[in-house]
Amino acid sequence: MTTKASNRGAAIEIRSITKTYGDFRALDDVSLHVEPGEFMTLLGPSGSGKTTTLNVVAGFTDLTSGTLLVGGKNVVGVPAHKRNIGVVFQHYALFPHMTVGRNVAYPLTLRGVGKAEREARVLRALDMVKMRDFAHRYPSELSGGQQQRVALARAIVFDPPVLLMDEPLGALDKKLREWLQLEIKRIHRELGTTFIYVTHDQEEALVLSDRIAVFNRGRIEQVGTGRELYDEPSTLFVGRFIGDSTVLRGGARSDGTGTALKIADETVTTPRRLSGDVTPVMLLRPEKLSIRRPGQPAAGQNRLSGRIAEAIYLGSGSKYEVALGDGSLAIVRSSLTDESFKIGEQVDLWFDGADAKLLADDASAETTLT
Amino acid sequence: MEMKPLTRAVLGLICLLVGIWLVAPTIVVAPMSFNGVKSLAFPPRGFSWQWYENFVTSPDWSSSFFNSLKIACLVAILATVLGTLAAFGLDRMRARPANLIRMLLLTPMVVPGVVLAIGIYAVYLDARLVGTLTGFVLAHTILALPFVLIAVSANLEVFDKRLETAAASLGAGALTTFRTVTLPLIAPGMLSGLLFAFATSFDEIIVSLFITNPYLRTLPVQIFASITRDADPTVAAVGTILLCVTTVLIGGGMLLLGRERRGRS
Amino acid sequence: MSAIVEPAKPGTAGRSRAWKAFALALPALILLVAVVGYPLLMIVLRSLSEPHWGVQNYSWFFSTPVNLVVLKRTFAISAWVTVVCVACAYPYAYLMTAVGPKVRLVMVLCVLIPFWVSGVVRTLSWVILLQDSGVINSVLKWAGIGTVRLIRTQTGVVIGMAQVLLPFMILPLYSVMKGIDLRLMRAAQSLGARPIRAFFTVYLPLSLPGVYAGAIIVFILALGFYITPALLGGPRSTMLSTLVQNQVLSLLQWGRGGAMGVVLLLATFLLLALAAPAMRQKHKEGARH
Repeated sequence: MTTKASNRGAAIEIRSITKTYGDFRALDDVSLHVEPGEFMTLLGPSGSGKTTTLNVVAGFTDLTSGTLLVGGKNVVGVPAHKRNIGVVFQHYALFPHMTVGRNVAYPLTLRGVGKAEREARVLRALDMVKMRDFAHRYPSELSGGQQQRVALARAIVFDPPVLLMDEPLGALDKKLREWLQLEIKRIHRELGTTFIYVTHDQEEALVLSDRIAVFNRGRIEQVGTGRELYDEPSTLFVGRFIGDSTVLRGGARSDGTGTALKIADETVTTPRRLSGDVTPVMLLRPEKLSIRRPGQPAAGQNRLSGRIAEAIYLGSGSKYEVALGDGSLAIVRSSLTDESFKIGEQVDLWFDGADAKLLADDASAETTLT
Repeated sequence: MEMKPLTRAVLGLICLLVGIWLVAPTIVVAPMSFNGVKSLAFPPRGFSWQWYENFVTSPDWSSSFFNSLKIACLVAILATVLGTLAAFGLDRMRARPANLIRMLLLTPMVVPGVVLAIGIYAVYLDARLVGTLTGFVLAHTILALPFVLIAVSANLEVFDKRLETAAASLGAGALTTFRTVTLPLIAPGMLSGLLFAFATSFDEIIVSLFITNPYLRTLPVQIFASITRDADPTVAAVGTILLCVTTVLIGGGMLLLGRERRGRS
Repeated sequence: MSAIVEPAKPGTAGRSRAWKAFALALPALILLVAVVGYPLLMIVLRSLSEPHWGVQNYSWFFSTPVNLVVLKRTFAISAWVTVVCVACAYPYAYLMTAVGPKVRLVMVLCVLIPFWVSGVVRTLSWVILLQDSGVINSVLKWAGIGTVRLIRTQTGVVIGMAQVLLPFMILPLYSVMKGIDLRLMRAAQSLGARPIRAFFTVYLPLSLPGVYAGAIIVFILALGFYITPALLGGPRSTMLSTLVQNQVLSLLQWGRGGAMGVVLLLATFLLLALAAPAMRQKHKEGARH
């Protein structure tokens, strides 16, 4: 019997794949490289192409054009059952007429594994997801979280070099989801398998992934670690999708020293510039904004006045939504030690121009997110 | 699961054959009804309307048709009333006795036709009900009752009893509540039960064969006698007329239903 | 078919309510007893009492070779009809789940159209189709294959009966297949199952409840068939119902005919009783320990 440590993940190379349904481009020239053993998350709103990409890798969906290499081998045209890739589905897809044990043994039976070894491997897989005591139950007797753990065991029991997960925690409640996220992370560490994980939940993506590929309208907008996506979003869509943000739009003027935006009758500046014929907007993370009462000393180079529209107590601090002069909302986080503000109160927001990201405006960033 | 083109083609061919097998008997009678000669051999020779004329003019055929129509109408009404009452009663009873009674009321559907027929025949001989309207109506009603029971029960299962309580709380008496709230809500079930009951009676043959006599024949009995006696294309003419009537009724019903749905949305 | 029933309230109010409810079902029950219960009881009594009290009619039935041949044939024909129905309904119902709504509507119409014409007329159609100078043989002759004898053979009876009963197989099968999650087939393939293997290990077992339900209905209804075998069959395809009719109407042997009828009735109820728990268990399989 081989030990788990010898099971290395396979690299996945997606080269400019396109999938069209009639006139609709579900995937539009998508390229992505996944390292062996990496935890890659495909993140995006529904209909953005992330699940289609997963189905292409699993072999459930044919490509219109492009190449797909798994472990260095071209798998285009190889049917799903010959790819040796584990898949965990959102709705578990456990066979209702088989016990947990027989569900997990199913891929081993198909591969002609002998009875003794089969039983040992089933128990080991169930151990890994902490479901050993449930081998004789039927799926309908298990809770959603338990079923998903069995589905996970079934997908890893045949040691696939790649494991695909399609929103596996989407149907579960928040507490269970958070606990299972940690379990999935642990199993990834122990197996060394390449994981591709599809979700629309950016917090989940940040918790789990080595790297995240952000999908929008059939294309990949950006690939990077969670920190890179948060700190250096390359598009407005990525900036809006990952974490809270304030977007400032207004009449823009660029010169040699930077860019100025006019919001209502106030002007804010940043030393950055955008090249090309695009409308620049500023994106600010909540922690880059300081909130003060009018008349208090300055806390940055730029000042915007507004009125508190919503105050949310978070335990570790407070989150405020501030209505600016042009009617848009700014999101500010303040720590517990700061003063607190009431709804309707007039406030000033301060920030340094260097902390603002200057990005090209993109109407789709708003429509696909709301 | 995406099927391979070959699998799909083979499957499609099998289903086409099954579809033809299902539909062929329905359409094959029409050409025979215009036969120029008194034969049911295929292909028909010549063309004539004589078999339709025969159906209209021959007292055997027309009287059996009107007998069937009369009996089926009475059965439809009686079975709908009894079946709806029973469905209401069962709906308000405890699960266990209700299920037992429901099972009993459904048994006429599975009792082999001939066994039931000789039983009814034996009883009718004693009660002098053979060849009487009452005899036919009673026998057909018990055969049609399960369809009404199933249709109305299905309607009652999704019926929200709180609506009745609500109506009562608004000051409606028991009878008013039934007329203004309950009845309109279960009307679709009653209507489909009524149609099924009519069709069951109009089509019933086995029991009818036993309790018929020369003075009271229903249409199916007449058809059966005609088929066993000689190759008379009048049967084909009757079959074609019935097919056209059902098609018009069902087609009209579907159109009405479609229009109503569109009107609502 | 269990109704959702509120538990009756305890005390006299609840009891009187229960009686009122029972009273509503009473007219139907009285008719049932009068037109079904009492007649069937009469048949049982006459089978045991004519010409004198005892089981003579039953021992006659089971000791006369021709009766046993017909009994066996009745079961054999019903079994064949069931097999033909399963074989034809399975692909048909499956395709119904796999096609678009327009094609599905046509397929549903094909299943329902047989109900549009009266049963006797339909049997006449089969005579027209199957007879020696019928449609099928005309087509065969035209194609140069030669003629086949179909009318008054067991094959003809099976073809006619299966057509009548096919909708009773297709509809329950379709309702079960419609509920099968096709994502399970994807899951099986991702785990390494070839499509054909995935079908036999996942789809087929999940569709079996529909097969059972349909097969039981078809078999039981086939056992009691009378008109179709009488018109399409010959002396070598007589079924039990014809024999019963013959004893009672032609020979006036109420005792013997009754005994045959009781045998047929018992076989039907026995099958229903055997099938009921099996079908219920299939539904509950998921919840079994």
